[in-house]
Amino acid sequence: MNERISRDDVAHVARLACLSLTDDELDSFTSQLADILEHAADLDALELEEIEPTAHPLPLANVLRDDEPGAAADREKFLASAPQIENNQFKVPPALGDPS
Amino acid sequence: MNAREIPSAIRNGETTAKEVLETHLEAIQNREEEIHAFNLVMEEEARNEAERIDALTAKGEDPGPLTGIPVAIKDNICTQGVPTTCSSKILDGWRPPYDATIIERLRDAGAVIVGKTNLDEFAMGASTENSAFGPTRNPLDTTRVPGGSSGGSAAAVAAGFAPLAIGSDTGGSIRQPAALCGVVGVKPTYGRVSRYGLVAFASSLDQIGPFAETVADAALLLEVISGHDPLDTTSIPEPSLDLSTALTQGVEGLRIGVIDELSGGAIEGISDDVLGCLEEAVQALTSAGAIVERTSVPSTVYGLSAYYVIAPAEASSNLARYDGVRFGPRVDAKTTSEMMVATRTAGFGDEVKRRIMLGTYALSAGYYDAYYGKSQKVRTLIMNDFASAYKKYDLLLSPTAPTTAFPLGDKTEDPLQMYLQDICTISSNLAGHPAMSVPFGKGTDGLPVGIQVLASAMDEHTMFRAGAILEASNQGKS
Amino acid sequence: MTDDILDGWETVIGLEVHAELATNTKLFSSARNVFGGEPNTNIDPVSLGLPGSLPVLNKKAVELAIRVGLALNCRVQRSVFARKNYFYPDMPKAYQISQFDLPINEGGWLELPDGRQIGIERAHLEEDTGKSSHVGGGGRIHEADYSLVDYNRAGVPLIEIVGAPDLRSADAAREYVSELRSILVAIGASDGKMEEGSMRVDCNVSVRPQGNEEFGTRCEVKNINSLRSLGRAIEYEARRQVDIITSGQKVEQQTRHWDEADGRTHTLRSKEEAFDYRYFSEPDLVPLDPSPEWIAEIQESQPPLPRQRRIDLAKAAEIEPRDVALIVQKDLDGFALSAIEKGADASRVLVHLANNLADGVGHLTEDAFAALIRLETNGDLSATQAKTVLADLVDKGGDPTQIAADHGFETMDTSELDALIEGIITEHPDDWTAFVQGDAEERKKKSGFFVGQVMKMTKGQADGKVVNDILLHRAEN
Repeated sequence: MNERISRDDVAHVARLACLSLTDDELDSFTSQLADILEHAADLDALELEEIEPTAHPLPLANVLRDDEPGAAADREKFLASAPQIENNQFKVPPALGDPS
Repeated sequence: MNAREIPSAIRNGETTAKEVLETHLEAIQNREEEIHAFNLVMEEEARNEAERIDALTAKGEDPGPLTGIPVAIKDNICTQGVPTTCSSKILDGWRPPYDATIIERLRDAGAVIVGKTNLDEFAMGASTENSAFGPTRNPLDTTRVPGGSSGGSAAAVAAGFAPLAIGSDTGGSIRQPAALCGVVGVKPTYGRVSRYGLVAFASSLDQIGPFAETVADAALLLEVISGHDPLDTTSIPEPSLDLSTALTQGVEGLRIGVIDELSGGAIEGISDDVLGCLEEAVQALTSAGAIVERTSVPSTVYGLSAYYVIAPAEASSNLARYDGVRFGPRVDAKTTSEMMVATRTAGFGDEVKRRIMLGTYALSAGYYDAYYGKSQKVRTLIMNDFASAYKKYDLLLSPTAPTTAFPLGDKTEDPLQMYLQDICTISSNLAGHPAMSVPFGKGTDGLPVGIQVLASAMDEHTMFRAGAILEASNQGKS
Repeated sequence: MTDDILDGWETVIGLEVHAELATNTKLFSSARNVFGGEPNTNIDPVSLGLPGSLPVLNKKAVELAIRVGLALNCRVQRSVFARKNYFYPDMPKAYQISQFDLPINEGGWLELPDGRQIGIERAHLEEDTGKSSHVGGGGRIHEADYSLVDYNRAGVPLIEIVGAPDLRSADAAREYVSELRSILVAIGASDGKMEEGSMRVDCNVSVRPQGNEEFGTRCEVKNINSLRSLGRAIEYEARRQVDIITSGQKVEQQTRHWDEADGRTHTLRSKEEAFDYRYFSEPDLVPLDPSPEWIAEIQESQPPLPRQRRIDLAKAAEIEPRDVALIVQKDLDGFALSAIEKGADASRVLVHLANNLADGVGHLTEDAFAALIRLETNGDLSATQAKTVLADLVDKGGDPTQIAADHGFETMDTSELDALIEGIITEHPDDWTAFVQGDAEERKKKSGFFVGQVMKMTKGQADGKVVNDILLHRAEN
């Protein structure tokens, strides 16, 4: 077991990511993710305290759009690719649990 | 016929768009089963489009700079009403209700879209073996991979299925398959080509670019697809590129630095074959008048580690929308959240799941600073190092990929080995800089080697000058 | 709050208010921002979070957000959008584009009508979610057979205004929300309609023993849909927490759901179950860094805020600002000021506006209003008559003198009235004796009786004040 990430961590992360893993998958993913994180440990050698993070390579700012409506949506076109529709709405199984 | 010769031949009446298309469809007919470059060949749509173009030219109208040129599109770019799968089961059968900006540009330029090409699922991979619809094979040796993730597009050009193809490059996904298939592949400056309609993998790294048989053809395609798009906030507010003079300008007096770390100096695993070709490329550029020397860009060594935190982190968020609610297939279940879990678990392949989990972990409470925060700082270091290098050099040079095309199955069991394929290409994505791969020489296995030319942001022009020289020199050798 | 159990306890309240911004289009796309359309008609690839779609920021939404920031005395600053990741069918991309560590507005305050200042921690931009309706099980989420999702609201621009925990009672919380709503409406940032959900309030409540410096453990209460339920939810929640503490237990940090029907809050999730939102900066957008020139331009075009409007009207009417709060809230202060300027008596102006114009001014013009009040203060019309004329003016407009004449409201001659009163006295001798000999209280009661009789006979046309004068005069002579 690698200390970089535990089996429990992987199980927790899978839950966060809405994925379900079998026991075998949990084992193999844990060891693969640990390997990858272990490789990333080379960054630990760097002195980074004074360095600002870069989130994005572009120096742009303030890219704005005028508040003008586009053409009205062709609803059918969007509903056509939905798994289930009822009354022009997207139908899903019952919720159970409200995140808001 | 090279791509750039097609429009004038059609205009001159030497051939027709239809005839050009049929030639390519015949090539597809002959070898596609063996190579599997495409997820979808759009025979009917392409024939209609070719007829439309022929009708226009018959009336004396000019359909545009790509008149009648067949173009293959990576299947992670949205085409209205035409399946766009990202080679994932989770998008199987999805027909986007809209076109990507570059699709509109290609049509407006007179191109004929021939099909959607295979890729590693959601562009995650370096061999096109991670496709839900089966691997693509390298047309030069079908026991080998074409590279990836844009392996289908690279193979389509290498096999003569289309003289031009579109790919996307997040960590090397255009350049590495171009190198492995012996074609030209370009990752433009981040923001040069609109991402609107490109299914996102890692938004701050993704960039669309061209594949072509020649440097000039790649320039032609890049000119058409580049330029500002108001639908993409990160699109650079500049007009389309004009690269025409770059192709003949030469490299006389250009200062070119060979990145020592990526050329045998620090990173292990670059093959002697590849290093040998790099040495020849240096000589070629030198004899064309460039001043070439080795230089250090130290933080490129850390690019891979930073990349494999940043790209999965962004991907984990970008791929959260595949939840079975609004589009694509659904695996039904008793509750919404169970339905989402079932749909995602069945729909994504292992490599995608691996990266989603890696990225989720890197962003999760308690680990953000250790992984994501740190990687963003490394990104700063890389940008700083490149900035210093470009004070001294007009261009940088390195191998594109560590080796020539490797056998299918060679690296599928070891994700980290697969990731190392991107070691030379990743830093350009982190910095947002342009880079291109040009075929130069061959390995002892007879397979092509690609040399990577790197330029500073927005300097595609200088990059193409060196690309053209390398290409000319390579053709002179063989 | 006067509840016994809360004696010795202080309630600490901080509010998070979400308001939909009054733009034409969504925060990140050109789909329309309108309330109540046919399901899924105001959608596009961005609103649905389709693969390949990208957000582009709405300039008007930014302008309105800056307006809100300036009105709340915030620092308007460089900001960055972030993704807040969580799965829910309402949330098309499975992340909400919001602002996290760098909000557009930070560090301000809002002044209540009584002068108390409530801190504003931040006011940031974010996108709204779609709407699920739960089918079957009486529409309750936990018992539904399935849900239907409409994305018309998805991507509508929101400003989230996070108040400091400076409020100490349900009343203060209500005043805060109504003041905030007045501000948002005044500057055109939002229509502030709680009933349509364009303004929503989440409420952080904790309790502590009176005099304690340290905050208690707080609970966040959601699903509050009106000012009334805001007050009820706070009072319920404070009492619940005090009950827990006084019975020797500890309050658990939770998110709770207000149920309007049973008047209670219910556990939604505990701190342990709290979402790990994995915030990171939104790579599809670039930083927002409004120029000082733009901010100044917005500041200059900012309409007067309710606070200033209260001060202005109070000054003109020579009363306290908090006493004109209602009129400002109803947006009638401009009307009032103008009538006062035209010479109308300020106190009558305020009385009519506060009491008789609850449904708005209709066809009433400022000139007619001022003229009517002059008739009233001159004694040409009684208060009751004035009210009748006012109602006509609101309905149809017109000239108050003419309307009074049409009603036959002519000032009665005193001698005519005197004769009338004499007749009444003769008919009710016992009442008259009681009036003449009674103490102050008795006299007041009986004067009411006689005024009532006069009004009955004159159909309300007599001036009550004049009637009273005549009665007093007769009694003393």
